[in-house]
Amino acid sequence: MSPHEDKPRPDGTEKPDEKREKNAQEKKLRDLSRRSFIKGAGIASVAASAGALLADRVLEAAPRPQSGGMAGGVVGPGEVPITLKINGQIRKLNLEPRVMLLDALRNHLDLTGAKKVCDRATCGACTVHLDGRAVYSCTTLAIDAQGHDITTIEGLEPKEGLHPMSQAFWNNDAQQCGFCTPGFVMACTAYVEHEPNPTYEGLQKSLGGNLCRCGTYMGIREAVLEAAKTMKTKGGRA
Amino acid sequence: MADYHWPPANRRALIGKREKRIDGPVKSSGRAKYSYDINRPGMLWGKMATSPYAHAKVTRIDTSAAEAMPGVKGVVTIVPEGQEVLWAGQEIVAIAADSEERAEAAADAIKIDYEPLPYLVTDADPEHAGAEHSKQLEARVTGNPDQGFQQAEVISEGHYGLPVITHCCLETHGQVTEWNGDDLTVWSTTQNVSGMAGEYVDGLKQQGITVAANNVHVISHYMGGGFGSKFAADTWGIACAQLSKKTGRPVKMMLERDHELMVAGARPSMHAHVKVGAKRDGTLVAWDSESWGTGGPSDAGAPRLPYIFEVPNVRARHTAILTNIGPARAWRAPNHPQMALISNAAMEDLAAKLNMDPVDFMLKNMNLVTAPDRAKTYQEEFAKASELMDWKSKWHPRGKSGAGPLKRGLGVSLHTWGGRGNLSNCLVTIHPDGSVETSLGSQDLGTGTRTVIAIVTAETLGLPLEAVKVNIGENKYPPAGASGGSTTVSGVSTSTRRAATEALNSLLAKVAPSLGATPDQLEAWGGKIQVKGNAAKSISWKQACAKMGASSISGTGKTSNDLMSSGVGGVQMSEVEVDTETGIVKIIKHVSVQDCGLVIDVRTAESQVYGAAIMGITYALFEEKIMDQVTGRCLNPNMEFYKLASIADIGEIVVHMMTGPGYDERGTIGLGEPPVISPGAAISNAVANAIGVRVPELPLTPDRVLAALGTLEKGGVA
Ligand code: FES
Ligand code: FES
Repeated sequence: MSPHEDKPRPDGTEKPDEKREKNAQEKKLRDLSRRSFIKGAGIASVAASAGALLADRVLEAAPRPQSGGMAGGVVGPGEVPITLKINGQIRKLNLEPRVMLLDALRNHLDLTGAKKVCDRATCGACTVHLDGRAVYSCTTLAIDAQGHDITTIEGLEPKEGLHPMSQAFWNNDAQQCGFCTPGFVMACTAYVEHEPNPTYEGLQKSLGGNLCRCGTYMGIREAVLEAAKTMKTKGGRA
Repeated sequence: MADYHWPPANRRALIGKREKRIDGPVKSSGRAKYSYDINRPGMLWGKMATSPYAHAKVTRIDTSAAEAMPGVKGVVTIVPEGQEVLWAGQEIVAIAADSEERAEAAADAIKIDYEPLPYLVTDADPEHAGAEHSKQLEARVTGNPDQGFQQAEVISEGHYGLPVITHCCLETHGQVTEWNGDDLTVWSTTQNVSGMAGEYVDGLKQQGITVAANNVHVISHYMGGGFGSKFAADTWGIACAQLSKKTGRPVKMMLERDHELMVAGARPSMHAHVKVGAKRDGTLVAWDSESWGTGGPSDAGAPRLPYIFEVPNVRARHTAILTNIGPARAWRAPNHPQMALISNAAMEDLAAKLNMDPVDFMLKNMNLVTAPDRAKTYQEEFAKASELMDWKSKWHPRGKSGAGPLKRGLGVSLHTWGGRGNLSNCLVTIHPDGSVETSLGSQDLGTGTRTVIAIVTAETLGLPLEAVKVNIGENKYPPAGASGGSTTVSGVSTSTRRAATEALNSLLAKVAPSLGATPDQLEAWGGKIQVKGNAAKSISWKQACAKMGASSISGTGKTSNDLMSSGVGGVQMSEVEVDTETGIVKIIKHVSVQDCGLVIDVRTAESQVYGAAIMGITYALFEEKIMDQVTGRCLNPNMEFYKLASIADIGEIVVHMMTGPGYDERGTIGLGEPPVISPGAAISNAVANAIGVRVPELPLTPDRVLAALGTLEKGGVA
């Protein structure tokens, strides 16, 4: 149906995830294409910034699982049992293998702090921590996140008050509409945990994997520097 | 009685200070629930099948395979067989299923046949677009342009332009809808909470569904950006409500990113050939421009060129190019960034030809600024911006930027905007326990509206900010205007001031006897009700409220003309560094000096201006909705190729708000739009100053910069 299915893309990259090609009549199995997309996403996440290629960025594609519940076997396309460890709690779900971690969190567990914005490893709005590292949950399969410690912003925040990073975002007005904010807070927290003495220059290089449309970067720069100090005195995780 | 006029500077505890955004914690902790985050029991997911063609007739729709898929619960046809679609990405069928993945797969399985029709999607000039796609909107003549150019001693000619860009709100358009009998609840991401019920009443009526406006409940507590694109229910809102009705279940239908970038908002392009002439001393005498641009299938209005300067002899023609791209929507300061780029770039080219510093050139022509008092504002803003940029010591004549490959340059631009207040109604309620709530059917787009309402209420009642609860984001509250055109701050703060004053006066009347005074001798200050000028005679706020008896008291207020004004200026200066070997433009420093009358909260106001500078840097350097005439489609409907600036791309941004005498007494004005107008022109001018040649079109991408440098090597226009 689409008149130009086989035309090369203008940028010379591979064809995108076929979910973008709404009108294509012949498709591979969705779960397979999702998987091949993830492979591509590792590259995409490194080149994600509108600015430059960044060598010391903290955001990385999710690691492949060492041991998943499905080791070796073919799964899907129907629902399969999936066990996730989220914010210290074991959560058992029945999900189709094609379900992304972001959708598992948002649609199945009502953990809506992580947002869906670009849905393809560019903007960082979906950032969560996997074993303490920032990952894009929109391009991490839920099934692949098994066996890892997943932290969402809901788990980052203490019962009372705010995590030092969220507090610093508030103090420095590093948010307007706030839709990018939870992803930024997660990315910035992982960054400061990895670099406890951030510099103005360093943080800009390392936080290029998150995007804000309202233009809150000035506040975010200050927030990261402030939070780095408070996190040192208070300890990182609340 | 308390006076509702804005208090003088020495009687302001909160207004004009730097308060923190009151919804900051709920947002930065991820607890804020946006429409996209609403999950309802039994909720279905809606997805849409859209047209791959820029212009086509829908000849056949077959949803049978899709409807047979697992989990699919309902289908709604948006464009029936036999009708035409006018842009790629236009919605044809909506389908609901019990999971997002299943809905997506089902939408893909809908079979639609088309009869493709001719289309135009590129940004052609009128000659290439042809008569059927061109609509002349304006041919304006003032004075005698031919004579004017004869008088001119120096004439500059150039081409300038900027492409169609999108809104790219991070929260895509969409909603959750739920019926409960005759009641419809819509969680909508919108700039128009109070007007949205009417949108649904009308839209559903066209689909044969009757719903009364008083049964439509609209909720938008938090919304992830609008920038002018979120006023309507839209096709997807109506289709979503239909799917809910059909299935008897709540439905969430948010646009996917590609769909969002293709259809849910675009800023029209504008291009122009300009000729502008002046006397040798810089006095502007004549202007001639032939401009065109596209805002999709309908025209987007004619620009007023030249911008700001009412040149005595003008010929200005504008043609709208009608194309099969997604329709234009208001984009933060409609038409102004385009006019500013075309006009202020042409002015700077003329200044370069005159060997004049462009700041001196603009100041020389301040008598052509016709708005009363605006010239004075600009003069003050030029002075402030020059100081913050260190303009005088950094500026050099065009192209005189040293021998190395890295060239630095400075550019300047100025702008204007109206503002004023939307029509808003406010209800302030004081409870016997001393707690206070302020309610309006307004919305906070991230601009700080909630915070502004809390500040005005607390200031009026002499309370700390935390004492006030603000209720907005639902249409059950008193109707308030849509947030467009920088009118919200005046709408909500003047109506809140009036409502809070009225409520306070009722309270003062109850309290007066116990203080042995008349109500007009009393004031609310510092958490007390006290006799004016005699703080010893006072009663605490809590004690005062206890005197109300069992029932709460309230006050209402409307947008109040005598508390606000319209019309602002604004001057911006940019410093860039251009790598002439790679063509990469780097922002070193950007200075934004802005007036907006009385500033309610300096912190969130500054954030607006910082944000506007960043949005401006983004469209100056990166943004372009690239359309392909061969396929009729957008080539970059995603965020890796539709680029937004990242934290490393923005340089140092300096913001200064003009406040104090001369500004405060104007009352509130509005701020969202003006600071986003000038960055394109200021940055383009800085690049021209750095490299010695104009890069005619935004965005200033490396290929365009290198091409312009190429013309320079060939002896092209400097
Ligand atoms: S939504 Fe995952 S990176 Fe943008
Ligand atoms: S605050 Fe709105 S997108 Fe970042």
